[in-house]
Amino acid sequence: MTSDQLLFGVFPYLCIIIAIGGSIWRFTSDRFSYSSLSSQFLESKQLFWGSVAWHYGILGILTVHLVGLLIPDSILWWNTVPMRMYVMEVTGFTLALFTLVGLLFLIYRRFRHARIRAVTSRMDLVLLGVLLIQVVTGLGIAIFYRWGSSWYAAYAVPYLWSIFTLKPNVSLVSNLPWLVNIHILNAFVMILIIPFTRLVHFLSVPVEFAWRPNQLVRWYKREKVVGPGV
Amino acid sequence: MDVRAQVSMTFHLDKCIGCHTCSVACKNIWTDREGTEYMWWNNVETKPGTGYPTKWEDQEQYKGGWQPKGETIQLRVANKASTFANIFHQPHLPTIDDYYEPWTYKYSDLFDSPEGDDQPTARPVSLITGEHIDINSGPNWDDDLSGSMIYAANDPNFNGLTAGQKEAFFELERMVLYYLPRICNHCLNPACVASCPSGALHKRGEDGIVLLDQEVCRAWRFCISACPYKKSYFNWKTGKSEKCILCFPRLESGQPPACFHSCVGRIRYLGVVLYDADKIEAYASAPESELLERQRDMILDPHDPEVIKAAEESGVHFSMVESAQKSPVYKFVKEWKMALPLHPEFRTLPMLFYIPPLLPVLGYIEKGLYNVDTNDYFTSLDKARVPLKYLANMFTAGNEEQIQGVLEKLLAVRTYRRAEEVGDVEAGKLEEMFKKTGLTAEMCEEIFRLTALPTYEERFVVPPMHREAAAELLAEDAYDFKAEVGIGGFKDRPGRGS
Repeated sequence: MTSDQLLFGVFPYLCIIIAIGGSIWRFTSDRFSYSSLSSQFLESKQLFWGSVAWHYGILGILTVHLVGLLIPDSILWWNTVPMRMYVMEVTGFTLALFTLVGLLFLIYRRFRHARIRAVTSRMDLVLLGVLLIQVVTGLGIAIFYRWGSSWYAAYAVPYLWSIFTLKPNVSLVSNLPWLVNIHILNAFVMILIIPFTRLVHFLSVPVEFAWRPNQLVRWYKREKVVGPGV
Repeated sequence: MDVRAQVSMTFHLDKCIGCHTCSVACKNIWTDREGTEYMWWNNVETKPGTGYPTKWEDQEQYKGGWQPKGETIQLRVANKASTFANIFHQPHLPTIDDYYEPWTYKYSDLFDSPEGDDQPTARPVSLITGEHIDINSGPNWDDDLSGSMIYAANDPNFNGLTAGQKEAFFELERMVLYYLPRICNHCLNPACVASCPSGALHKRGEDGIVLLDQEVCRAWRFCISACPYKKSYFNWKTGKSEKCILCFPRLESGQPPACFHSCVGRIRYLGVVLYDADKIEAYASAPESELLERQRDMILDPHDPEVIKAAEESGVHFSMVESAQKSPVYKFVKEWKMALPLHPEFRTLPMLFYIPPLLPVLGYIEKGLYNVDTNDYFTSLDKARVPLKYLANMFTAGNEEQIQGVLEKLLAVRTYRRAEEVGDVEAGKLEEMFKKTGLTAEMCEEIFRLTALPTYEERFVVPPMHREAAAELLAEDAYDFKAEVGIGGFKDRPGRGS
């Protein structure tokens, strides 16, 4: 087995299995620890600039990645006109810039304030490092490779589908530039660390809140009790 | 009619001596852990004053409670859409500096310092960072400082008072204060529950206690802002919110909550009231002037056969109804209409009711002198040292008539007792007061007994929580819970490893 096969053919499966198994294990055995671990209560002003820029940036980028993953032809079709490709690249670049600025702000804030340092764990630092690598490589691809988005649709997406369908086709990505490869591999590292970091919070997006009634009541057991009154 | 039972409370402010025993009892049991040091689920404030967290009553700043919107109401802090939009940074969240940074002292320095010319000191250190801090504020920083221009002058309840009335508050000679003990109000229309994106906050169906499920909380932080009383707190260490649980493990074993049990002035009453849950939204949306009356309307008569029948059909155990029939809260709130909710204009329908203070009504004559003549010790309310408007801002959403009605009742009870004990009350005066307040001699006697001479069992009518049956309700087989520890089977039973 070559190192390419190990990295792109075996490692992704390890990451995904550990992420799914680990998240289930943590949810069932230590649900109390599932939290976004917000530190806004200790420092609010700088969090605004970091957290808002980061989250809106990353949500935009993930959405575009997801669209590309589900309908890769849409990206390729869009990019057939050079002008449109530039729009795509500039949009990705801008969103990535948002995430980078937000992330740098968050890292600065975490080291700057004694109160925030007091609630910083080792895994928080690992997470910030992994996210930084991902954002910087993503931004690098946007800057140095104008057709990055087409590559994603033409090579990375078929590769990802080959992973999902359990027929890994390593050759699709192993010859791409090293910057792209780091981006791909680090994405799997990001998935790997989900159950071991505060990243679990994105598994509990409170979707149900959108339609649930204002007041919640929990009964141990509610049934008509026949007593002297009836 | 959807009848539900609510463990409800009444605090008699005339009896509160501001000793903070309640706060300490609560802290020792529930909030002496890391991350909770700054929390005071029970706290006692000096009024007038800014309270804890500072100026909590100012909803322009904190955005707590509900506000009218068209025919209905909506949360002030966020609607559904803005909750999602602001989840990454909640713009109105108070920070720990609005409360205070918890601290301890470096006592070890007293022993470990090298020999020198000066006495060693124990400097304060932050309980969050461990670093030295200068203490600038704390809980109850303005304790007993009602005349202070720094603290009391910023009290949000001064809205609508004339310059003269405000000035009178701060004449040192006329300085007046009373205490306001506060815990979670276990509201019928809790803003914290409505605001929680995770659905961690909920009302317990059986007794109406508002609880926060620690395993469901994800630190989205909206409850902190939404509660207008600032009684939901963020644990900065665990990343979970926490709040008063009304000592439900104590209630389930037949004891009153620790703050009630330890109250030195015996100001606290606890009992069940029945209410109609179908009316919550409509009554919470009533015009501001009607809120107090609507809330009273919502509480049902536990002696009414119709109500009893409806209660049982709604799943309220008859023992709960029996308990409601003996409830001191029902008497103070509904029968005598003497206990009032704190800030009904927040529209959460709080179920902790206060009997407003009468004592500072000592009559003022002139040049800073009071009438201490025993013939007319409790003079007319017009000369009250606490302007009615101030009390009205706290307890009746600004309605002075309603607060005056309550104070007149308190005066009538005192006059009645003076007539009984001393016998020097002018003929006809008592009758006139009875006529005005709607009280009778029998009612005055009963109010007097429940105010001044109540037994432990009369103050705390703890409903039977049927804890013995609760385990059976949670699972098919009660033995499933054998050997488990913690509340509700939170921890696994101790077993042999594999």
